[in-house]
Order: sequence, then C-alpha cells, then structure tokens
Amino acid sequence: MSADLLLRPAGTARVTTAADVARGRARRARRRRTVVLVLLVLVVAGFAASLMFGRTYYPASDVVRVVMGEQVPGASFTVGRLRLPRAVLAVFAGFAFGLAGVTFQTMLRNPLASPDVIGISSGASAAAAVGIIVFGLNGTAVSVLAIVAALGVALLVYVLAFRDGVVGTRLILMGIGVAAMLDSVTAYALSRAAEWDLQEAMRWLTGSLNGTGWNQVTPTVVAVLVLAPVLLWQSRNLSALQLGDDTAAALGIRVEHTRIILIVAAVGLIAFATAAAGPIAFVAFLSGPIAARIVGPGSSLLVPSALVGALLVLVADFIGQYALGTRFPVGVVTGVLGAPYLVYLIIRTHRAGSSL
Amino acid sequence: MTTTPSLTAEELSLGYGDRTVVSDLDLSVAPGAITVVVGANACGKSTVLRAMSRLLTPRAGRVVLDGRLVHRMPAKELARKLGLLPQSPIAPEGITVADLVGRGRHPHQGVFSRWNEQDDEAVAQALDATQTAELADRAVDELSGGQRQRVWIAMALAQQTDVLLLDEPTTFLDPSHQIEVLDLLTDLNQARGTTIVMVLHDLNLAARYADRLVAMAGGRVHAEGEPAQVLTEENVRAVFGLESRIITDPTSGRPLMLPIGRHRVFEPANG
Repeated sequence: MSADLLLRPAGTARVTTAADVARGRARRARRRRTVVLVLLVLVVAGFAASLMFGRTYYPASDVVRVVMGEQVPGASFTVGRLRLPRAVLAVFAGFAFGLAGVTFQTMLRNPLASPDVIGISSGASAAAAVGIIVFGLNGTAVSVLAIVAALGVALLVYVLAFRDGVVGTRLILMGIGVAAMLDSVTAYALSRAAEWDLQEAMRWLTGSLNGTGWNQVTPTVVAVLVLAPVLLWQSRNLSALQLGDDTAAALGIRVEHTRIILIVAAVGLIAFATAAAGPIAFVAFLSGPIAARIVGPGSSLLVPSALVGALLVLVADFIGQYALGTRFPVGVVTGVLGAPYLVYLIIRTHRAGSSL
Repeated sequence: MTTTPSLTAEELSLGYGDRTVVSDLDLSVAPGAITVVVGANACGKSTVLRAMSRLLTPRAGRVVLDGRLVHRMPAKELARKLGLLPQSPIAPEGITVADLVGRGRHPHQGVFSRWNEQDDEAVAQALDATQTAELADRAVDELSGGQRQRVWIAMALAQQTDVLLLDEPTTFLDPSHQIEVLDLLTDLNQARGTTIVMVLHDLNLAARYADRLVAMAGGRVHAEGEPAQVLTEENVRAVFGLESRIITDPTSGRPLMLPIGRHRVFEPANG
C-alpha cells in the first residue's frame, strides 16, 4: 500500500510521520535495554558476592582461581563445593521461575495466574517429594517425574477449568484447589520421611538451596538453555495473545498451537527448577509484576522477569543464610516478600470491582 | 492497489458444541463496498463474521477469499489480507496507544525479522487516519470509550488489509462517538477502497452507512440488497418480530425505521 493512498480528513495537515513513530519506539526500547543491562550487572554482582561472602570471606582473586579449577586451600571446598553450585542453582532456578511465571501471567492475562499459585509448582514438588522419599529415586529420575507431574497438573487444571473456552478466573480458582490437594500429598510424603531430615522437608515445602550439589544443578541449567530460547522465540506471539484470543487469531496467530508450546516450555522450566530447588515460594509470582514496574508497559517482559527472578533468589538466599541469625531456607524469605503482594493484589482487584 | 478482493460464504453451517447456529448460509460480500449485517440477538450474525475470519471452523460449507479457501490459508497470509476487530478486544494493562497500534503489524513480521521503516510508516498512517496521533504516548486504559475504539480501529488499519470485518464497533459508544467511528470507516472505504463488513445493532445507522444491508434471521439470510430494499416493514416484522413504520430519513434519503410498541404511539401494536 503506498503513501499516496493515505487517508485523512480533508484539510487537516498530516501530523505523524514514520520518524515520529520510530522515535517513540526507540525511546521505549532504550529504557528496556537499560533495565536489562542494569539487571544483568546486578545478577552478576550478586553471583560474585554470594561466592565471596559468607561465614568466611574469600577475596575475588581466590574465587576466580577456584572457578578456573585451581586448588586453593579452604576456598576450594567452601567456594568450589558449597557456594558455587548453590549460586549457580540460585541464578538458573530464579531465571526459570521468573520466565515461566511471566509467561503464564501474560498468556492468561492475570497476575494471579502464576504457576506457583495455580498448582503447577505444587505438582512438581509433590512428585519430587514422593519420588525421593517414598521410592528412593534421585537425579534425572526425579526431574522426569517432576516434569510429568507438572504437565499432568497443568492439563488437569486446564480440563477442569474448560467450559466453552478457558476463563482466567475459573482456572485460577481450580488451580488454587489443586495446589492445596497436592501440598497435602507432599505433607503426607514428608510424614513418612525420617523425622530428622528437616532440610529435605523444607525443600519440598518452601524451596531451599541447602546442600545443593552439581547433580541437582545440571538438569536445571540444561532445561534453561533449551527452553528459554523457545519462549523467547514465541515472545511476539505471546504479546499478541495478550490482546485476547480473537484478536490474536485475527493477527495470524495459531492460538491453540502457540498456547501449547508456551505451556509445555514454561511448565518444563518450573518442573526442572522445582525438582532441584523445591517450589521457591512466590518467585514465579513476583518476578513479572516487579519487572513490569521497572520496564514499563508495552514491551516484552520475558528477559527482565527472568533476570528479576534470578536476582530475587540470589538475594533472598543470601539474606536467609546470613542476615537473620538463624539460617532460613530461601523460600521462607521469598514467602515473606510474596505473601503481602498476593494480599495486595486481591484487595486491589476487588476494589476495581471484578472477582479476582 | 490490488484488485478488490472477493469474499464469499458458500453453504456455510456453523455451531458451538451441540448447538447449530447457522445452517446452509450463502453470502457474497460486495467488493469495495460497506456491507452491514443486522438481525436479532443470537441470529448468528457474529458467528458468521467469526467464520469468515477463520476464528470458527465451519461444520460444512466454505469461505472463499479471492478463489482460495480461507480455512486452508496460512494464518499470517490470511491476516495480511483480512482483518477482524472483535466485539471486545482486550488491551493489556498500561499499554500505550503507539504500542497497541504496532501490534497490528504482527502478520507482516517474520519470527526473526526486525521492525522496519514500513512498519513505522503503517503505524503513522493508522494514527493519522484515526486522529489518534496525539494520544500515541497515552495508556489505552485511560482513554474514553470513543478514543479507545478509534485506537483499536487504528490497530486494524496498521494491519493494512483489503478486507476489514468489525463486530459491533459502535456498541457502548454514545451517539457522537458512534457517528465518529462510522464516518471513519466510511473514510477508509472511500480513500482506500477497503471492503468493510460489520455487524451493527442500530438499524437506522446500518441503513444510513451501508451500501448493502444483510438481514439475518434464524441462522439464514432473510433479505439482502440496498438498504431501501431490505429495511421494510415486512422484513422488520419477520426478522425482529417488531411492528414498525418506515419513512425516508430527511437528512440522508435512506430508510428510517420507527418502532411501534404497545404504548406511547397513536396506534399501538396488538398484544
């Protein structure tokens, strides 16, 4: 279509040019780039800090030598065996939770529709707890079990909520119910566990990075490297889905097809991260809204939310370990942050006059 | 400009679940004209619009655009030729007008292709045409109903399709905004030759703005043609079950329907 077919009321001068549009777009893109860059720097700084600081301080030079594979007395054990896998898992699990959470929230157009609210994390967690405690599984088997269970729960919630199409509110309420059921399964499995194994219990109840080893870290890292690009590739389709199924379809999106890809990839991220670190409370739920606050509306929130998730887990774990006197698992700290926000969100939506 | 496209529905049967809404419907849309579909609630008019834009798969029959089956075309290719503005589109919280209008460029973009100058140009034209340029940086959810509807139309314009379907674009708008939206669509039709098909509730506005009027009843086309042929007392009775008087609108020469109920008229309807 050429410019001379331009349509405007007779007599009015044309006010907008492509350059105006481009300028506005560039301004928003600049803000987003800056935010992503700052978040990236903060994640790297937090990662470095969590390797250096703790009960014992190791200077950056020691940390670098350990990471490069040299033997450094003391540091090799504390940094290499304890802190490094823990920090890597914090970053990747947080990244996975943040990315999957915002995908669900955007796709279902509701900040409450996060996988940790609608039972998907609970499903992965219950499966992992049952697998480890009741069947004595470990490693990959646990991850596989968690992902099967999480996909199963996603399907179950979807089917339960389906009636002439899926409505967000019904799906959220179904999900909360399913989550409660699955949490009781976790509690039952834990009641059969050795009573001294409190660490394990905390992991499956609130999420914890205590005692993280490389065998837990690797599957999560691989899952992020495979599934995150899938979600980023779908990011434009996700933005279109936000406009409602009909509008998205009118823009050339294959709605159901896109939704299945998004769900499977996001559920996969949740399942792998949960199998390694437990359902770290509210990280998936909080990251998206925090990122939206910083980036501003309109642009894709996938990368900013993932980085916010990583930063949240890093910082919360650091606080839980060292700032409070007693050592708390990371999920206790994120839970303290997340619960008030959940309450705020429910109050706010009720004021706006809608139900959920 | 490409030649005006033809859009037809042939022997179309549509439904949801066990319910059949439309059966054996034939409809051919006049290329380059404004077609308005009217009918009682639940007569299947929105359903037909949904099927024409592939939101609904027909039980039987087919929709043909330029000799090709709509339901077999690649989704994005169809979206470059035919646009649809649904009845209640959803604006993401806080999104700006410029961003929302930009979403209309989706079918023109590949997975990896970057936003380009053509996209900017299309958005600029759409903002100008709908006089929403001064709103470009505002959040959509803080606009008035009429402004918001202009923004949604701008999004559909940015899609640059030759055919545009609209499902009740004037619902929830006050009279001045209804006229504003219908004038805008007429501008679009006259300046670009865009074929427009829309569902309207208001019979008198439908008769004024339509080149061709289609009256649906019970999932079938009851009457179609020029407004003066279609908006008759018999047809209003058959389609809406309403007594009425049709006079000539002194401002437009088009037919004007005056409804007759049981009260407040000189000769009330029976029953």
